Amino acid sequence: MSEAKAGIDRETVDQVANFGGENYKYGFTTDIDADKAPNGLNADIIRFISAKKEEPEWLLEWRLDAFERWQTMQEPDWAHVDYPKIDYQDLCYYAAPKSMEDGPKSLDEVDPELLRTYEKLGIPLQEQEVLAGVRKVAVDAVFDSVSVGTTFREELAKAGVIFCSFSEAVKDHPDLVRKYLGSVVPQSDNYFAALNSAVFSDGSFVYIPPGVRCPMELSTYFRINEANTGQFERTLVIADRGSYVSYLEGCTAPMRDENQLHAAVVELVALEDAEIKYSTVQNWYPGDADGRGGIYNFVTKRGDCREARARISWTQVETGSAVTWKYPSCILRGDETVGEFYSIAISNNLQQVDSGTKMLHLGRNTSSKIISKGISAGRSSNAYRGQVSVHPKAANARNFTQCDSLLIGDKCAAHTVPYIEAKNISAVLEHEATTSKISDDQMFYCRQRGLDPEEAVALIVNGFCRDVLQNLPMEFAVEAQKLVGISLEGSVG
Amino acid sequence: MALLEIENLHAGVDDKTILNGFDLTIEAGEVHAIMGPNGSGKSTLSYVLAGRDGYEAQNGAVRFDGADLLDMEPEARAIAGMFLAFQYPLEIPGVTNMTFLRTALNAVRRGRGEDEMDPASFLRMVREKSRAMGVDDDMLKRPLNVGFSGGEKKRNEVLQMAVLEPRLAILDETDSGLDIDALQTVADGVNAMRSDARGMLVITHYQRLLDFIKPDFVHVMVQGRIVRSGGPELAEELERSGYGAYLGAETGGQGDGAGAAHA
Repeated sequence: MSEAKAGIDRETVDQVANFGGENYKYGFTTDIDADKAPNGLNADIIRFISAKKEEPEWLLEWRLDAFERWQTMQEPDWAHVDYPKIDYQDLCYYAAPKSMEDGPKSLDEVDPELLRTYEKLGIPLQEQEVLAGVRKVAVDAVFDSVSVGTTFREELAKAGVIFCSFSEAVKDHPDLVRKYLGSVVPQSDNYFAALNSAVFSDGSFVYIPPGVRCPMELSTYFRINEANTGQFERTLVIADRGSYVSYLEGCTAPMRDENQLHAAVVELVALEDAEIKYSTVQNWYPGDADGRGGIYNFVTKRGDCREARARISWTQVETGSAVTWKYPSCILRGDETVGEFYSIAISNNLQQVDSGTKMLHLGRNTSSKIISKGISAGRSSNAYRGQVSVHPKAANARNFTQCDSLLIGDKCAAHTVPYIEAKNISAVLEHEATTSKISDDQMFYCRQRGLDPEEAVALIVNGFCRDVLQNLPMEFAVEAQKLVGISLEGSVG
Repeated sequence: MALLEIENLHAGVDDKTILNGFDLTIEAGEVHAIMGPNGSGKSTLSYVLAGRDGYEAQNGAVRFDGADLLDMEPEARAIAGMFLAFQYPLEIPGVTNMTFLRTALNAVRRGRGEDEMDPASFLRMVREKSRAMGVDDDMLKRPLNVGFSGGEKKRNEVLQMAVLEPRLAILDETDSGLDIDALQTVADGVNAMRSDARGMLVITHYQRLLDFIKPDFVHVMVQGRIVRSGGPELAEELERSGYGAYLGAETGGQGDGAGAAHA
């Protein structure tokens, strides 16, 4: 183990050790005048959103089409989650900080209050002097419904990389948006994707030109601030032939007693020989210990390995949200394409998680790998739901799935629901699953060596997640290890 | 002040009393061996001293460096300098041996109000101590005790002890499952740690271990208490004549310890 890694473990343990009482540190709200749409959802609201964003006619039509389809659809109920019915007419679908009305021309013009918010979250929106040895990370920050700033754009532009907010992409790169929007997740794909297609507000847009290796990590930080507001961002990442990009996504929200809805769509397109690594640290407010408040996180993420030898890798660390419904998937369309899914899902208190992945093998000689680590504590419920499906023409498809659950305490639940479907005889599919508990003996052993109970749990859980943590870019690995400790705060008594 | 003072200790699991009026005093610099047949309460003694959940003292007192040991959490006992080398060391998947050593050492140091050891000095120190225990780099990078052989686990326990430098080391059946070469390595590691400032309590079933780790005192434990104490010669006597005589005495001559007498 490297010394840098060593520092991370230390930080994890410190974080846990130093934590007194409240364990969600991003729970503050920012007092900012907001420009909000009236509550409710109808064609007029959609026209309002589209007009606010000065969108072209085709996009408005696209939204209205999605809305029409959404109205004919039923909210899905097959997931292993339970929440009161959402009144979609009682939600606000657009909120923007008022100071963004005229649109800042550069980061210098962004409301300082907003910049301070991101600073509190630990996300630098100023392009700071980069210390020797630290990699640069370009950040797009999305606050409620709008993007408030994107860093390092000029430097990226030199490499030909487009990294901007979705709204800007619609204005500046309409052809790319029109060509790829909805090409991976169609408007009517599912209930929440249809809702997102109708009302999506902002998000990030990335295009990497052919043969370019993106010179830095790209990242988007999502922040829900306004009360009673849904966040519906839309992210589109296109890696053209032979290109490479690593993209990070982080999410936080204030602590509020009421639930907030987050229904995002992420579409990834990888063309011939291109590679996309997409990492998420999802730390939405999970609700309090009694299950009051928290985010409903209903997200559709899908990547399309559209041409030969494309690779898409999803890595996610899910610690927040009251309810999570999320299945980052890969369509292995091109021959010899590769899809990967690495996941850590932690649930504590009354959190409910139903998450997993889909690997759809369509091309020949495609392969996929799934490593899922579910950790349940408190009275939470944590389900892995995965589908591996091999099309009749997908000769020599290969999948390896490993699905491990760790239980802490005796009031939580873990479920594993794998669907495996092979329509080609040459497929080789492996599925391994384990369920374990942190044993009293392990706890005693660690404590006899001087660790207090929370340090012991953080250490054991970080060990359990190691295969996945190792896949995260360094900056995120540090954050993720801390989160693992923090989100299990209070899970041992 | 004695390092460890156990006075009339009654303790057990649930309502069952296993330690039954146990007395023992260990001074710094002394090595004590406790021998006894299966079921005499040897492992229970080590668990009660280390503070394992469910092993409750019902009566009596234990003072460690003058402090009320029974009142302390297990980690506080470790920080105060008590180390238990486990008979069956636990596996922790995904946590490398090195990470565990560093986490434990720094937890103990922090607990004592000392600074954490910087990574470079730590690496140097661990490498040096590992070499002495025949623990190579590969074993330091492997997850703690996962897939370790019996001998590797025991050597690793002694390595942890060497890194943590406890005031009192309790070795619970450290010889079990070891072949003669491994036993020699483990014993060399333990012997290297003998010092005027450190006490040791060696719990064993067989005299064999005591050929390698020479105790200053030997105690015979039967049915939860010490029935006889002496010097190293007592261990040899036990090797020749077994525990039968003590079992008979304890059960009032009714011949109840027959099963154990085979040992």
